[in-house]
Amino acid sequence: MQTETEWKFTAKDIAEKPDLFLSGHRACAGCAPATVLRLIMKAVRGPTIVTNATGCMEVVSSIYPYTSWATPWLHTAFENVAANASGIDAALKILKKKGRSKHEHVDIIALAGDGGTYDIGIQALSGAVERGHDFLYVLYDNEAYMNTGIQRSGGTPLGASTTTSPAGTVIPGKLEHKKPIADIMVAHDMPYVATASPYYWRDLLVKVRKGLEVNGPAFLHVFAPCPRGWRSDPAKSIELSRLAVETCIFPLWEAVNGDYQLSTPSKVFALAPQKKKPVKEYLQVQGRFRHLFTPKFEKLAEEIQRVTDERWKRLLKKCGM
Amino acid sequence: MKSVVKQEVLALNGDEAVAYAAKQSDVDVVAAYPITPQTIIVERFSEYVANGEVETEFVCTESEHSALTACLAASVTGARAFTASASAGLALMHEMLFVTSGCRAPVVMAIANRALSAPLNIHGDHSDTMTERDSGWIQIYVENAQEAYDSVIQAFRIAENTDVLLPVIVGLDGFTLSHTLENVHVLADDVVKKFVGTRKFVNVVNHEGKTVPFKLDPDNPTSMGPIALPNYYFEFKRQQEEAMKNALKIIPQVNREYSEISGRNYGDGLVDPYYVEDAEIAIVCLGSTAGTVKAVVDEMRADGVKAGLLRIRTFRPLPVEKIVNTLKNAKAVAVMDRSMSFGGEGGPVFHEVRHALYDTDKHPHIVNYIYGLGGRDTSPMQIRKIYEDLQKILRTKHVETRVQYLGLRE
Amino acid sequence: MTSKEKSWKEISPAGVCWKASTQFLTGDWKTYKPIRDLEKCTRCLLCVLFCPDGAIRWKPEKGDIEFDYNFCKGCGICANECPAKAIEMKLE
Repeated sequence: MQTETEWKFTAKDIAEKPDLFLSGHRACAGCAPATVLRLIMKAVRGPTIVTNATGCMEVVSSIYPYTSWATPWLHTAFENVAANASGIDAALKILKKKGRSKHEHVDIIALAGDGGTYDIGIQALSGAVERGHDFLYVLYDNEAYMNTGIQRSGGTPLGASTTTSPAGTVIPGKLEHKKPIADIMVAHDMPYVATASPYYWRDLLVKVRKGLEVNGPAFLHVFAPCPRGWRSDPAKSIELSRLAVETCIFPLWEAVNGDYQLSTPSKVFALAPQKKKPVKEYLQVQGRFRHLFTPKFEKLAEEIQRVTDERWKRLLKKCGM
Repeated sequence: MKSVVKQEVLALNGDEAVAYAAKQSDVDVVAAYPITPQTIIVERFSEYVANGEVETEFVCTESEHSALTACLAASVTGARAFTASASAGLALMHEMLFVTSGCRAPVVMAIANRALSAPLNIHGDHSDTMTERDSGWIQIYVENAQEAYDSVIQAFRIAENTDVLLPVIVGLDGFTLSHTLENVHVLADDVVKKFVGTRKFVNVVNHEGKTVPFKLDPDNPTSMGPIALPNYYFEFKRQQEEAMKNALKIIPQVNREYSEISGRNYGDGLVDPYYVEDAEIAIVCLGSTAGTVKAVVDEMRADGVKAGLLRIRTFRPLPVEKIVNTLKNAKAVAVMDRSMSFGGEGGPVFHEVRHALYDTDKHPHIVNYIYGLGGRDTSPMQIRKIYEDLQKILRTKHVETRVQYLGLRE
Repeated sequence: MTSKEKSWKEISPAGVCWKASTQFLTGDWKTYKPIRDLEKCTRCLLCVLFCPDGAIRWKPEKGDIEFDYNFCKGCGICANECPAKAIEMKLE
């Protein structure tokens, strides 16, 4: 699937586009989700309405009376951003039909964290996708309920220490696996599902644009490190988003009408497996995995490597590689 | 003389009457989820859509919570939104009721009043909507299918009034009204369309410093639903209360305007008094049971007893002044509650009527009858017993039991 | 946060925001400040793209980038990602 108009851009083109996600938001220093949002808004192609689930990005960008949104923006509650998008989509359709809308087309972007997507938000998301509303759902995944203080979510990876799955003396953090949310969305038989990572900004921008161009629902799962929750160096948030791809912990791919296709940044590791980095390199720079480097729990680090390899192999098979 | 329009008489049950009213009201978006005894509303409406009888986006959401969310989002995008629910469905929407009111979205919702679980019960009582009386929604309780039809149409005008901008619930008793066939006088399509008009939008100041219409519009961006810290949250709640105060004036206005074209009015829109101005003993009641009470009042008046009924039509905003004025001669009042407030020594309507009458000079005896829970039928004989109890209170000047349960097997 | 708070009668209903966040300067959050070596900088613009706060801007009229220290929180992402190692985080 090529973008409709073969959107060609240079870094300069993107840098010159005015920010629609404004400076002055209250995100932490080094917040990758903020970078992700800035980049997503750079891929906007026309009149757009953004709706946001409760979470970090919603709270930091809308502390009354300040707003960081140059586009129309709606927040209602935590679990229902996809239902927001459904309502906006229905309204835009009928207003256009009744001749009460000036715009030929308005894009809808629904933003949510892993909090508002994997667990409490999955019902509304599944329903909205089944009904075929025309919107792009972007999941910015920082792998825990960060805004309320780093509690575990369905998107928290195996072995991570969070405040509700702490690494103690007996239990080494979260014992459950990260829910394969993007694969769940592919199983909805939806037009477009993709994963992206902010380090690979070009890939991310193209995927956002593709998602917007779909006439129907599109789902984009974006990896977004949180230095606060992951106990990592704020300066390394973007680097972590690269390491996640290089270790194949977070591979980049697209599924166009259910057909899996590996994206270029991850293709490297399919064609040259020796370049694939060991997960330890990724785990050791994050405080949330610190306990995995003690003799008692080092087996879990090995398990993480095994699971990563297994999921990677499965993905390669789906991509026909 | 005002011209009352020609009307057709259709055999409709309460649900069908609601759907018909919504059909005629130029609704843009209906996002709903089925639940007994509201199902006929969504089914009938989807038939209208399937037959091209309405120009409405009908969204079958995957839950009631999403239904109200979608209506809210559609409403703030500029569409006229309508939905319906009952009981557990309304309870599931609970969070979003507050959000809808807080976002000042004029959504209209019909509730086929039904009991809350546990145990599961699909029949009528008011526990579902009474529980939501703090949510910032206007609440109108109807007595029959005719009123259900009329009130849904009026609801759009009330909700969208720029001095109000609050969502409205129209409550009709489950099964008793929702599923019972009545002769309903309906207005012509163009008459209703003209009455409800098109939505007007208030102006707000956006982050660009511009004064723009209050809706999501890419040409005039607004950020809605922000986080308001302790320094501002309170002020928004006060605004909602002011809107409720304004509704006390708007609801009678709309009732009057509507009566000019339909020939029907429901008291003054806030309260529907029945032989109560000179009544010494009075019952306060909401919903369909008021119809039964009226029949008993007729009997008692024929016997020379000064009995009366105050039907409260608009429960939120609570028409305190009207309650005080209509009951000014009552010496003993029985408030009927079709829901309970466990541990609260009486039901919600009882509490509120007592509150309204507390400061009056007359200070009548006020007692409570919990009735009809889970769809239990209330007979004229039982209503008569209430009046007899009130007469006894007048004679003995003493209240034996403040809260009683009508028709409960002790 | 210096202006007097408005009364309930003065604000638009439903919490519609009336100030852009660009009026809220977050620059005083930083401890370290990015300082760029103009010789080493290749104007690749990666720092402009990666900055979570949009505090580095490409100025086409100048043909150069500009750091807006009013919004820079000193996270160090720009310094870490710069391929030419042209940015150093210095204590403020």
